[in-house]
Amino acid sequence: MDITKGTAMEMRERIINKEISARELVKAHMDRIEEMEGKINAFITVTKEEAFKKADLIDAKIKNGEDLGALAGIPIGIKDNIITEGIRTSCGSKMLENFIPPYEATVVDKINKEDGIILGKTNMDEFAMGSSTETSYFGTTKNPLDLERVPGGSSGGSAAAVKSNEVALSLGSDTGGSVRQPASFCGVVGIKPSYGLVSRYGLVSLANSFDQIGVMGRNVKDAALMLQVIVGHDAKDSTSTDMERINYLDDLNEDIRDMKIAVPKEFFEIDMDNRVRENVEKAIKVFEELGGKVEEISLPNSKYGLPTYYILSTAEISSNMSRFDGIRYGYRAKEYNSLDELYMNSRSEAFGKEVKRRIMVGTYALSRDHTEDYYKKALKVRTLIKNELDEAFKKYDIILSPTSPHLPFKIGERINDPVNMYKADCFTILANLAGICALSIPCGYIEGLPVGLQIMGDRYKEIDILKAAYAFELATGGVNNAL
Amino acid sequence: MVSKEDVKYIAELCKLKFSEEELEEFTAEFCRIIGFVELLKEVDTEGVEATYHVSPKIQPLREDKVEPSLSREKVLQNAPEEQYGYFKLPRIMD
Repeated sequence: MDITKGTAMEMRERIINKEISARELVKAHMDRIEEMEGKINAFITVTKEEAFKKADLIDAKIKNGEDLGALAGIPIGIKDNIITEGIRTSCGSKMLENFIPPYEATVVDKINKEDGIILGKTNMDEFAMGSSTETSYFGTTKNPLDLERVPGGSSGGSAAAVKSNEVALSLGSDTGGSVRQPASFCGVVGIKPSYGLVSRYGLVSLANSFDQIGVMGRNVKDAALMLQVIVGHDAKDSTSTDMERINYLDDLNEDIRDMKIAVPKEFFEIDMDNRVRENVEKAIKVFEELGGKVEEISLPNSKYGLPTYYILSTAEISSNMSRFDGIRYGYRAKEYNSLDELYMNSRSEAFGKEVKRRIMVGTYALSRDHTEDYYKKALKVRTLIKNELDEAFKKYDIILSPTSPHLPFKIGERINDPVNMYKADCFTILANLAGICALSIPCGYIEGLPVGLQIMGDRYKEIDILKAAYAFELATGGVNNAL
Repeated sequence: MVSKEDVKYIAELCKLKFSEEELEEFTAEFCRIIGFVELLKEVDTEGVEATYHVSPKIQPLREDKVEPSLSREKVLQNAPEEQYGYFKLPRIMD
């Protein structure tokens, strides 16, 4: 049996039972990476040497009978906007092409402490701005299920690497759907935790009030295992919250009989691929068969999600991207005659088109007389959207919808049509606007292309969406169905 | 309406350079944002508080005690140019 095709849980078990060494497991995955990378380009940097070194450390631990961490020996991919000490972190941009971080992100620290093995840094849209991984300076990642199509984005490399068995688990980041949409497009499970559950220390900021690090795996249990490791308060991130630790893996098995499930009618009035709609409607029926109480609800403010997200996220982006000045780190232009030219030339030469577009839009929304009209107005509408979802979660445990209104599209098909690219985020952005949790789970295939079901849950109620997803997985082919 | 002059002014604020053609594109882009804003205008936000952050918990404070930070060497390790242990910049005063 090819070990790379298993689940993360199985890999860990086989390592603990000494059926396979960590070095053998890493070797099998490195071979797989060598075989696949020419086709899919999921990685920006592969850290072969470091990975084998770590594997040997774990094998030594096993030999000495020492305790092993929760991720013992599991091969993991890290999105390239999450800081890794001593390993290039490029954010998919020319701006940080040679950036070697002098410190470690908290999530990476946690993975290392739990004996996970990082195999490399995965490809992404430049600074996570995009939904297709096509804006990366390091070339487009291809969807392992159809090499002519995009893997989604911005965490496209993380999703493609997991789907193609290059790694068992990966980390992504989700500001408006950047974990869930690629998970949907590649047919894997992707979780965006509630805002504040996971430390953002070491995540290169896109839009701080929306950003959250998320996880991907080939089934619910694997993703839950990864989430369990990275949650928790961190003094280095003032927005991370001190929550009581819940053991997701222990409670996953509870049945979902009488779970209160909402389906917003507005979501199905949106322009979408009819085949996606039918597939999701079928999935909703499965929840009814499992004993869930499904009811239609109305979220009238949800239609303002897109403009609100667009204004607020670009405003935060324009502020965040000002740190790239060509002075302290990152790209510096070769030619300039003044300090101002140094800024201008460095930024203009090293940022791609989509990054410049969003900086411009955000600066416009914040400039001169617009702050009150645009930015403040959007902040207030955000409150209404958040309140509406908070109300819904007083009555319901989860909300179901498609993850994306479309199937994975062809490479090059949408890149020059940013409006339609943004519009496809309509289902995912609500969770970021309200800071609630949400995940995407495969719920069917259309002509070989996966459809993702989104399950949203209340703030810090990750266990609800995990339970629902796990029950759905068991009912529709079992935990190995998506492997 | 958004004029090309407006776009040029914004580009200057962003410290970004664009071709004439690109400046034209942004004129259209900014008009679309105005369209988005128009959509939000129909929402009654009278008396609604702004949401800057969604975290419901009070952020815990830590004790204010000095802890080690990155060494000068590490801080400068990614600088495009450095001299005498500082970031190096072009002269800004005559």
